[in-house]
Amino acid sequence: MNQASATNLPVPPAIAPEHTLSAPEWGMVSFLVSEVAFFGTLIVTYVAFMGRDVVGPTPAQALSLPLVLVSTLCLLSSSVVIHAAERALDRDEPRLFCFFLAATIALGIVFLVLTGVEWHDLIVNHELTIGRNLFGTTYYTLVGFHGLHVTVGVIVMLIVLGLAINRQVTAAHRTGVTLVAWYWHFVDAVWIVVFLVVYIASRSSGA
Amino acid sequence: MSTVEPTRGLELTGSPGERAVDLGWTSWLHDWTTTVDHKKIGILYVLMSIVFLVIGGIEALVMRWQLFYPRNDVIGHDAFNQLFTMHGTTMVFFVGMPILIGMGNYLVPLMIGARDMAFPRLNAFGFWVTLFGGLMTYLSLITGGAPALGWFAYAPLTAHTFSPSAATDFWALGLIVSGIGTISAAVNFLATIFGMRAPGMTLRKLPFFVWTMIWTSFQMLLAIPPLTAALVMILFDRQLGAHFFDVPNGGSAYLWQHLFWFFGHPEVYILILPVFGFVSEVIPVFSRKVLFGYEFMAAATMAIAFISLGVWAHHMFCVGMGRTLDLFFAVATFLVSIPTGIKFFNWLATMYGGRIRFASPMLFAFGFLSMFLIGGLTGIMLGAAPFDFQLSDSYFVVGHFHWVLIGGTLFGTFSGIYYWYPKMTGRMLSERLAKWHFWLLYIGFILTFGPMHVSGMLGMPRRIYTYDAGHGWELWNQLSTIGALVQVPSYAIFVYNLIVSLRKGKPAGDDPWDAWTLEWMTSSPPPPYNFEEIPTVHSRRPLWDLKHPEDPDWQYE
Amino acid sequence: MDTVGPRMLSAVGGLLAQSLSIFDPASPSAHSIVNLAILTLAVTGLIFLIVEGVLLYSVWRFRYVPKDQAPGDEPMGEPPQVYGSMPIEVAWTAAPTMIVFFLVLVTTRTLWEVEPDLPKPAAGDNALFVTVIGHQWWWEYVYKTYDGRKLGFITANELHIPASDNYTLRPAYLSLKSADVCHSYWVPRLGGKVDLIPGHTNLIVLETKEAGLHLGQCAEFCGAQHANMLIRVIAHPPEEFERWLASESQPAKEDPAARDGKAAFLAESCINCHAVRGTAAGGTYAPDLTHLMSRETLGSGMIKNTPENLHQWVHDPQSVKPGCLMPAFGLDDHQLDLIVDYLQTLH
Ligand code: HEA
Ligand code: HEA
Ligand code: HEC
Ligand code: CUA
Ligand SMILES: [Cu+2]
Repeated sequence: MNQASATNLPVPPAIAPEHTLSAPEWGMVSFLVSEVAFFGTLIVTYVAFMGRDVVGPTPAQALSLPLVLVSTLCLLSSSVVIHAAERALDRDEPRLFCFFLAATIALGIVFLVLTGVEWHDLIVNHELTIGRNLFGTTYYTLVGFHGLHVTVGVIVMLIVLGLAINRQVTAAHRTGVTLVAWYWHFVDAVWIVVFLVVYIASRSSGA
Repeated sequence: MSTVEPTRGLELTGSPGERAVDLGWTSWLHDWTTTVDHKKIGILYVLMSIVFLVIGGIEALVMRWQLFYPRNDVIGHDAFNQLFTMHGTTMVFFVGMPILIGMGNYLVPLMIGARDMAFPRLNAFGFWVTLFGGLMTYLSLITGGAPALGWFAYAPLTAHTFSPSAATDFWALGLIVSGIGTISAAVNFLATIFGMRAPGMTLRKLPFFVWTMIWTSFQMLLAIPPLTAALVMILFDRQLGAHFFDVPNGGSAYLWQHLFWFFGHPEVYILILPVFGFVSEVIPVFSRKVLFGYEFMAAATMAIAFISLGVWAHHMFCVGMGRTLDLFFAVATFLVSIPTGIKFFNWLATMYGGRIRFASPMLFAFGFLSMFLIGGLTGIMLGAAPFDFQLSDSYFVVGHFHWVLIGGTLFGTFSGIYYWYPKMTGRMLSERLAKWHFWLLYIGFILTFGPMHVSGMLGMPRRIYTYDAGHGWELWNQLSTIGALVQVPSYAIFVYNLIVSLRKGKPAGDDPWDAWTLEWMTSSPPPPYNFEEIPTVHSRRPLWDLKHPEDPDWQYE
Repeated sequence: MDTVGPRMLSAVGGLLAQSLSIFDPASPSAHSIVNLAILTLAVTGLIFLIVEGVLLYSVWRFRYVPKDQAPGDEPMGEPPQVYGSMPIEVAWTAAPTMIVFFLVLVTTRTLWEVEPDLPKPAAGDNALFVTVIGHQWWWEYVYKTYDGRKLGFITANELHIPASDNYTLRPAYLSLKSADVCHSYWVPRLGGKVDLIPGHTNLIVLETKEAGLHLGQCAEFCGAQHANMLIRVIAHPPEEFERWLASESQPAKEDPAARDGKAAFLAESCINCHAVRGTAAGGTYAPDLTHLMSRETLGSGMIKNTPENLHQWVHDPQSVKPGCLMPAFGLDDHQLDLIVDYLQTLH
């Protein structure tokens, strides 16, 4: 492009290198924005229908904290653990990376199992199904879609783990791992909101 | 008049488009169905949209035929109700969005000097999913008939009680699926635009079309998921006995309306922002002047994208929201006209004092300017809440949105297609056919949708399969139908032009319009890798800088 | 579009046998909407003329004619490049902003003029209170009170209201409800439309000095026969309206001549859906037939209420209003005649 650099012609300023996220990172950020819109809708709907049930059980009657506190703890801690995994990768300690990743997966699975236990209890002991009342409808939809996202995360991390065990994940694949971590942190953040709305707000709002 | 000006003798980077070695149609088919090249995918999107345009258009023709006489019975109520549902769904989801996404797919990497989109496979996935969604929606026909809901399918009409046929489920699934395609396209655009610009092309130096694609994608990311969620709710209600829209059990009919229009309004700007981009590329080139007030245009685009998130309930003025909310949404709606006006005036200022060549792209850009203005202004009338109490759900609304969707979206898109077809194929489209296409469409379009404003003000509601004589509606409906017939040949000519020019069109050369953005630097059609050497950029008009080394743009930006 | 538009339209509207023109207002709220409409049309019309004018001028004035240029000579240089101008941008941001401000003001005024509040019924208020229930695809009218008097009878498809005069206003407050899906109540000459949303109650007020028939129709797509969910509002001078109230609130008349017909009617499934006050027929699913003969039309305004049409309707409603929720019963001619004869005694 530098025909311009002949003597009497104006010379373009040097091009300053631009610092920005990489394309894959931008991709993940955009995707997460759309996920925010999706969960935002489900949460707004849940709140809009809070206490509008014509039949029970209400959140206050059906939901119990202890179990969900444990599962919440698992998910939150898993966020920390996957961060540790990233660090391990940076210091390129493959074994440590595998270990932390496995731990994250384990915590994710525990979360899912506990959710399963909770749902079983709700269905069997409280006869709360998606068709029972508005609470059931909105609760299973919201928590269900979150659970789905956890499941997807677990599957993806299992794949990464498999690769890592075969020594196929190196610092070169750093961004890939970062993106997985971001996704996991997001799923985590969503859960915090869900927890506050479903298990704190709607439980205490007498309804 | 000939519009092909000889390009100045510059050695532009890029390589002669390589003719794919012909290995028979099977390999050709295999090539196109498995491609991950953003250019091929873009073209696939556009072709798909044109096919659906013809389908949706034919559906419209049947409706117009039915409405030609009062108490006419060409088709029954059932067929008619299915027709406008499928017509609306088709035109919005399988014509409007894919044709714009397709053009974006083709152009964005070329315009920012990238070799492909950020995620080529995701890109292919997006296309096939969108197409599949379209087919799925039409698959509802195997249930013995399409859904009869209207394209915004107000609850509880979608409930199993009122629409027992599985057609509704197909429709919802189809839209969910194609929605996934749209999201992946939006993600891909943003990743590409933010992450893969040529050296020197800062965000403030983006070609204007690319800038509008940023905000289109932004709106897609925020608007499509709520629709997806709402559609999922419909399916849960119908299939799992959930109660979202089940009023007797506490569900809400309002919920659907709010969720749908929270999507629906940004959607209509998704359908216009890229078009603003097209004409913002075409008008300067054919007026031989730089785009006037780029920064303000850019800011206006951004403003529209944000305001559009806060006006959805202007589609719900009649549901009894109460004065205060009505007023709020009326004001928000009026506000949109300010940034849109800024754009309008800047386009005019760009043309003013220029040297305007009325080649086909400019012709359609002119069609866009002269018609979108009217559609926008009728929008303002609808925005005046009390006026809308009368106009809402009348044919006036039908007039308004066809005016913006055809006078705006389609005219602008045609402008873009005539402008970039030479780049995509290496051939010029026939200017003579282009003029026939333009004038038949221009006249037919005005004749079809102008009278709708009148019948609307005379009290004719939309979505009625028949009407009584004596209300003064006959004349206006007959004019509409005649107008629709006038449009038919224009579309036929357009398709014919696309096909024959592929073989018979004048060779285009790299830069037939003497344009200024990067895509004209490489060969037509561009090689799979777009640019042999990634260009460096110093201004918004890199080719201007090349063609005018003595007076380059970067001095003024 | 300029201000002549609406006048012309209303002229057209005025001449029509059955005008539904929004520019042919017959009520205060319809009037104030017309005023807003004309203002809006004027403003947008002006903008249109100016902007479209500038557009046409520029394309004509600055069009490029190839013969401006002798063949063979240097392609003429580019026109001067103007990159933008702060003052100009500010100017054409400010102008629309001011217009918008004006539009907001007039919109607000009209909003507060046309959106009513529901008062409490009271003696001497000359106000009629009716609950309107939208059904697929007909209207149920539950008369509550008039001028403070309890009414409490039900009728269908044709709404009768008192007309105002120069001395007293006689507004009809309609509480809008839906039995199934969303509908919308729209009588253009009496004002804007209001939706009927299941699970909610909306309010619309009809108030006119113009006695006689006012047409309208359902304006929200509500399924198969949305197109034939017509509205007929008949405004009466006060004393005439009183007479209508008096006869309407009576139970069905006993006509000895039609005793067999009545028996046949009551024997049929009719009574599961329809009500005839004063008889065993107590269905609530379908239009009340107590005073069927006081209606000019059948099938919610679709066909004239003539013996033939009535006969045809009872014989096979689907042949008249395809998809409507009343099935054909394959009655034999004898039963059919008996029932129709009976129905015709329901004055
Ligand atoms: C391309 C799509 C598109 C676009 C761009 C628009 C643009 C606008 N629309 Fe439109 N609209 C639709 C597509 C679109 N619309 C569709 C599909 C529907 C119906 C959906 C359905 O019911 O099926 C609809 C329905 C619709 C309604 C609901 C009507 C009803 O159902 O009751 C309203 C109400 O406010 C509205 C308003 C507007 C406004 C104010 C704009 C503004 O953006 C217009 C802004 C532009 C201008 C104003 C002109 C240029 C500006 C100037 C020259 C500056 C000076 C002007 C002023 C200061 C006023 N639209
Ligand atoms: C981009 C969007 C778009 C486009 C382009 C159109 C195009 C047309 N529309 Fe559509 N329309 C909508 C979007 C669109 N519409 C929407 C969103 C609705 C609301 C639906 C609802 O209420 O739910 C609607 C509703 C709607 C109605 C109202 C139905 C009702 O309320 O009862 C009517 C009525 O006349 C109508 C007519 C037309 C006509 C005549 C055209 C014409 O312009 C069509 C012209 C095209 C053709 C005539 C096809 C030409 C090609 C051929 C015939 C073959 C040629 C041969 C070859 C190619 C080989 N449309
Ligand atoms: C399954 C319920 C059902 C039964 C049974 C039924 N009808 Fe109907 N009928 C309806 C409905 C619903 C309508 C309103 C149709 C419309 O306008 O969309 C109606 C309308 C009518 C009307 C017109 C009323 C008006 O004001 O427009 C008449 C008359 C009538 N029915 C008579 C009868 C007779 C006589 C029988 C028995 C032989 C009968 N119906 C049995 C449901 C029923
Ligand atoms: Cu009731 Cu449309
Ligand atoms: Cu809108």
